[in-house]
Amino acid sequence: MSLVEIKDLKVHYPIRTGFWNRITDSVRAVDGITFNIEAGETYGLVGESGSGKSTTGKSVVGLEKVTSGSILYKGVDITKKANRTKLDYNQDVQMIFQDSLSSLNPRKRIEDIIAEPLRNFEHLSKDEEKLRVLQLLDIVGLDADALYKYPHQFSGGQRQRIGVARAVATNPKLIIADEPVSALDLSVQAQVLNFMKKIQREFGISYLFISHDLGVVRHMCNNIAIMNRGRLVEIGTRDDIYNNPLHIYTKRLLAAIPETNVNQRMAHRASRLAVEKIYQEQQSKYYDENGEAFPLVQVSPTHSVALPETIAKQLASQEGEVQA
Amino acid sequence: METASNFLNIKDVSTAFKINGQFYDAISHIDLQVQHDEILAIVGESGCGKSTLATTIMGLHDPSETKISGEIDFEGTNLLQLDDADYNQFRGAKIGMIFQDPLSALNPLKRIEDQISEVMDYHTKLTKEEKHDRVLQLLDEVGIVNPKRTARQFPHELSGGMRQRVIIAIAIACKPDLIIADEPTTALDVTIQAQILDVLRAIQKENHAGIILITHDLGVVAETADRVAVMYAGQIVEQGTAEQIFNTPEHPYTRSLLRSMPQRDNENDDLYVIDGNVPSLQKMPSTGDRFAPRIPWVPAEAHEANPTMHEVAPGHEVRCTCYKHFKFPDEKGSVTA
Repeated sequence: MSLVEIKDLKVHYPIRTGFWNRITDSVRAVDGITFNIEAGETYGLVGESGSGKSTTGKSVVGLEKVTSGSILYKGVDITKKANRTKLDYNQDVQMIFQDSLSSLNPRKRIEDIIAEPLRNFEHLSKDEEKLRVLQLLDIVGLDADALYKYPHQFSGGQRQRIGVARAVATNPKLIIADEPVSALDLSVQAQVLNFMKKIQREFGISYLFISHDLGVVRHMCNNIAIMNRGRLVEIGTRDDIYNNPLHIYTKRLLAAIPETNVNQRMAHRASRLAVEKIYQEQQSKYYDENGEAFPLVQVSPTHSVALPETIAKQLASQEGEVQA
Repeated sequence: METASNFLNIKDVSTAFKINGQFYDAISHIDLQVQHDEILAIVGESGCGKSTLATTIMGLHDPSETKISGEIDFEGTNLLQLDDADYNQFRGAKIGMIFQDPLSALNPLKRIEDQISEVMDYHTKLTKEEKHDRVLQLLDEVGIVNPKRTARQFPHELSGGMRQRVIIAIAIACKPDLIIADEPTTALDVTIQAQILDVLRAIQKENHAGIILITHDLGVVAETADRVAVMYAGQIVEQGTAEQIFNTPEHPYTRSLLRSMPQRDNENDDLYVIDGNVPSLQKMPSTGDRFAPRIPWVPAEAHEANPTMHEVAPGHEVRCTCYKHFKFPDEKGSVTA
């Protein structure tokens, strides 16, 4: 059994119009997605802005009201509040936010910020609490004098590490990381990513890693789901997605990543323009008549793609032949 | 490299900011040349002075709070000697600037057409109809599908990519010789980023402009730049063609940056982390190699007392002599202090 099973999750926002403020339509931010997160692994959720990836993350932590579908944690549906309390779900699932400055209370000292989840869930004495906070600071590589400082006294990378320390304070099983490094410089990004991996190795934490940066996702994630307009268009292992992408949207995303190989830049640009051309011309083949992605079809034990069955099979066998 | 095609010559430029009554250098002794038809990328982490260099060229600093020395020779005029009124003849007309955040760079109360023609009101003597035609032509040039509709819209009605295209249209409205693009694609999705970079390249080809592209994204640099200048702590530490910088990087900072990028061949390893932080302005050492504290295993005698630029190949310059024997701690034959 997987740690978390997300089944046909839908989050719709109502659009109200007219004098009576009646619901006339809805924005389908997340529109029927299904995937599983295994214990101890990093699951990547990739998509462009507006694809619904952050909404998915928020509904998994319980910050977003789910319209329909279920999120099973250890086999129990946690979209019902009573179940969340029973399972200690709010303690077991934590979140790291993108913007480290706005996610830390500017009036609180670091000690209080990191101790807040401890005060909520664990009843420690003052000394025990301080010891735990110091341990947590040590895990993320900050000195003890950070205790009495305020968030604005730290650099972006340090603040993000404080966010990580707060997230791991309650020994969670799952951390939702929503674009944890997209605001950071390259060398600081490396630091935070290394920390996240180290903590995972030591405590066996699972991550739902939400990002638009395919380079970082390749580095961090074992399994990856590609999201587009509220639906998943492709699910697979890292190898499936990066070496054998089947959906045109995945191909387009991959082609748009800038390559650091200067010698190949003309070839890379040409291949990107070629993919873009196919995307423009053959959209109807990859999306249904309403412009929405098809249901996922399995093409290998690990790899699924949102295409009509016949096309998916045909594509998969073609790719298979090329590789063979 | 004094050739006729260097239309922008930055000579020994330093910009100091006043903090608590004292001046501290944000960029010091910058020497740079820009030619027509080239994209010069300036790379570095936040706080290393990339944007300060851009705003210094544009003359956007308050003279009472900053001290600028050196010479910026733009087509024979020293920009630093100009008063504000004369500077305005250059800003927007011969030098265009593209800002990072397209939403805050646009006026939320004005229609797109008015914002683009505003530049032309100042710098050209076109009639109303000519301006209208030019606006539509510009919007078309930057790849907006329906220029007539977009011209009538307000910024909030446009997507991030569209807004950035409008900003580019404003920057190129008067066919500037120099375009300064400060992190033009940082706020955008990868697919939109690729399109915006294509637009920039296309415009450059047409106008023979020189572009200064400021970014921290090495991928963007490798894809677009002709030449690259790497900045660290207010200084240029390495400069060369894109091929030289990416294929044979010399300076420890450039090599560290390239190494800390997640790449195909280091999927499962830890990423390389540069020790320490970029020093703040007040703590910037006045002598010695500014990068030395971040590579502590390199012995002190490998650094120069006052690091200067050394030419390692035609057009490829590196600051300080420490690059000669530099090795990462986990590489074979590395020396430790």
